[in-house]
Amino acid sequence: MSELKKDIVRRPDMSVEIAGIKLRNPVMPASGTFGYGEEYTPFIDMEKIGAIVTKGLSLKPKAGNPTPRIAETVSGMLNAIGLQNVGIDAFIQHKMPFLRTVNTPVIANFFGNTLEEYGEVAKRLNDIPEIAAGELNISCPNVKQGGIVFGTDPKAASEVVALVRKNLQKPLIVKLTPNVTDITVVARAVEEAGADAIACINTLTGMSVDVNTRKPRIANMTGGLSGPAIRPVAVRMVHQVVQTVSVPVIGIGGIVKAMDALEFLIVGAKAVQVGTANFVDPTAMISIIEGIEEFLVAEGIDDIHDLIGSLKF
Amino acid sequence: MKNYRTKIISNQEISPGYFRMKILAPGFGENAHAGQFIMFRVQRSLPPLLRRPFGIFRTGFLPADCDGLPPKEFVEIVYKVVGSGTSIMAELHEGDKVELLGPLGNGFDCTSRKGEKILVGGGIGLVPLYMLAGELVDNGCKVRLLMGGRTRDDILAVTEFERLGVETYISTDDGSLGEAGLVTQVLERKLQKYPETEVFTCGPMPMLAAVHDICVKYKTPLQVSLEESMACGVGACLGCVVKGAGHTEEKPSYLCSCKVGPVFKSQYLDWSAIGKTDKDCGGCA
Ligand SMILES: Cc1cc2nc3c(=O)[nH]c(=O)nc-3n(C[C@H](O)[C@H](O)[C@H](O)COP(=O)(O)OP(=O)(O)OC[C@H]3O[C@@H](n4cnc5c(N)ncnc54)[C@H](O)[C@@H]3O)c2cc1C
Ligand SMILES: Cc1cc2nc3c(=O)[nH]c(=O)nc-3n(C[C@H](O)[C@H](O)[C@H](O)COP(=O)(O)O)c2cc1C
Ligand code: FES
Repeated sequence: MSELKKDIVRRPDMSVEIAGIKLRNPVMPASGTFGYGEEYTPFIDMEKIGAIVTKGLSLKPKAGNPTPRIAETVSGMLNAIGLQNVGIDAFIQHKMPFLRTVNTPVIANFFGNTLEEYGEVAKRLNDIPEIAAGELNISCPNVKQGGIVFGTDPKAASEVVALVRKNLQKPLIVKLTPNVTDITVVARAVEEAGADAIACINTLTGMSVDVNTRKPRIANMTGGLSGPAIRPVAVRMVHQVVQTVSVPVIGIGGIVKAMDALEFLIVGAKAVQVGTANFVDPTAMISIIEGIEEFLVAEGIDDIHDLIGSLKF
Repeated sequence: MKNYRTKIISNQEISPGYFRMKILAPGFGENAHAGQFIMFRVQRSLPPLLRRPFGIFRTGFLPADCDGLPPKEFVEIVYKVVGSGTSIMAELHEGDKVELLGPLGNGFDCTSRKGEKILVGGGIGLVPLYMLAGELVDNGCKVRLLMGGRTRDDILAVTEFERLGVETYISTDDGSLGEAGLVTQVLERKLQKYPETEVFTCGPMPMLAAVHDICVKYKTPLQVSLEESMACGVGACLGCVVKGAGHTEEKPSYLCSCKVGPVFKSQYLDWSAIGKTDKDCGGCA
């Protein structure tokens, strides 16, 4: 092969490192939209994506909210699943055997109802060698503190991150809620408390009404808005957080195609998570990975790090 | 199950507001059973954002044409136009590119061969019953179909059931076709006449609840196909759950209707809420 041809076929380096975990590329599913991975094996090769992120895990199994739990909205969807999950024990027993067979880092998203529970789940994750990192979800209600959400109060956020940091002997990603006035305050707080990376954003609180019945379209009244509708908000927040912290940031929110993912990378996200788009097209992540690669080739970029944070003001 | 990027073979209006769509799907039929469904992507561009679930009406092969190529396999759905997604579907034509996931979910269990089989369909709820009737007839069962609708326009594909050798009974709310009244009245009469029966049903939630009550009264085994809103169709989002039997606030039990269902043996469901809300069942008649 001539020198020139070799040049043309050389593939850009897509690998990134997040909190010490090496990813073959920066694209992974968002928690809660990919089950425990196995659900999507008929449609995509798990060894082509950067990582697998599990549904949020709690100490005890959680049944979730009453139905209807989902409603489609303009370019988005509302969900109030209520963090239904099998619990950490059943996860280890029934879901890990599959995850162990896949040569892709597994990130366990987890949460607790109380501070103690957060700490306890973190400890349990230490016992699973194949879990590469924990992704702490701090946007669910803190029952003990009268319904305050951990993620909206910088002090509470910092407290839970510090506790989890102490208990978890693995890299810690902290996932932020967008339902705050200033996300940079919480981002700074969780970084100081020991987060190795930050993932943002989770869903935006929303509501939709059936005008015929005059009832909310989901039983929980309000739900989390996800999908393309939230992307501009997510890009803005990721940009703000990247400017604020020095740990890597994972961008999430409304990514459907490669161009969407590129927006997040350009504002400085080191990796991205794809959520609702998996429902729309189970092969979406693969198209996104291929599309990012094509973009790098077209732009003559050899290393994805030359694209990350390349925003021009 | 597979994600098909494929094209439409035909899309025809068969009754006002009801369409039949044949979609090219090689290898689909091998794994498909009565009661399973597909997730159909209405168009490549958004919105609508989410795929829409549709029951499998039948699978088959187009007759080989003179090009010498092997016969083309298709999956066929029957749908009612109720909102934005199905309105777009109604505009699709032969050759248009579409995507579908399937076959998904657990269908009807038709392994029990004894006795009579009664299928109760309300409007678009007849869709999965056609494939079921075919499987039951193949098993050597005597099959009767009780079809209900608001008007004669809601009664679909009856001659096709008859061609399978199924005895059909029709009722409409307005009496414009068959008997005037509810399909459940017909069911009650049939159960009195044929007590050794198994019932299968699909249709609007209030009809399912009424069929359930009658089957409880006559101690008749019942399988129901439910229609819940779905986002993923594969068990990943947990958006489509229904309450399982024995569900309580303290010990909640939610079953994934896309993965455990959409067909359930009725005793495994908590019927306290089914059919009792005013949720409009737009997909049904
Ligand atoms: C397993 C399964 C199998 C189905 N099989 C068929 C079928 O064979 N043929 C068919 O015509 N329809 C079927 N449906 C219903 C079909 O999915 C809905 O009619 C369709 O999604 C409506 O899309 P839309 O965008 O046109 O309506 P939207 O604009 O989304 O909604 C319009 C109206 O339809 C109602 N609706 C939306 N989704 C559903 C649903 N899942 N069930 C009941 N009502 C709904 C809404 O409440 C609203 O009143 C099935 C549903 C499920 C879950
Ligand atoms: C059905 C559903 C379930 C979700 N469950 C979780 C969860 O268990 N834990 C979590 O941290 N985020 C959860 N999320 C939020 C997503 O991970 C993601 O942050 C959000 O959907 C925004 O991304 P998207 O627009 O790409 O979907 C869920 C989202 C959806 C739609
Ligand atoms: S539709 Fe997503 S779990 Fe059933």
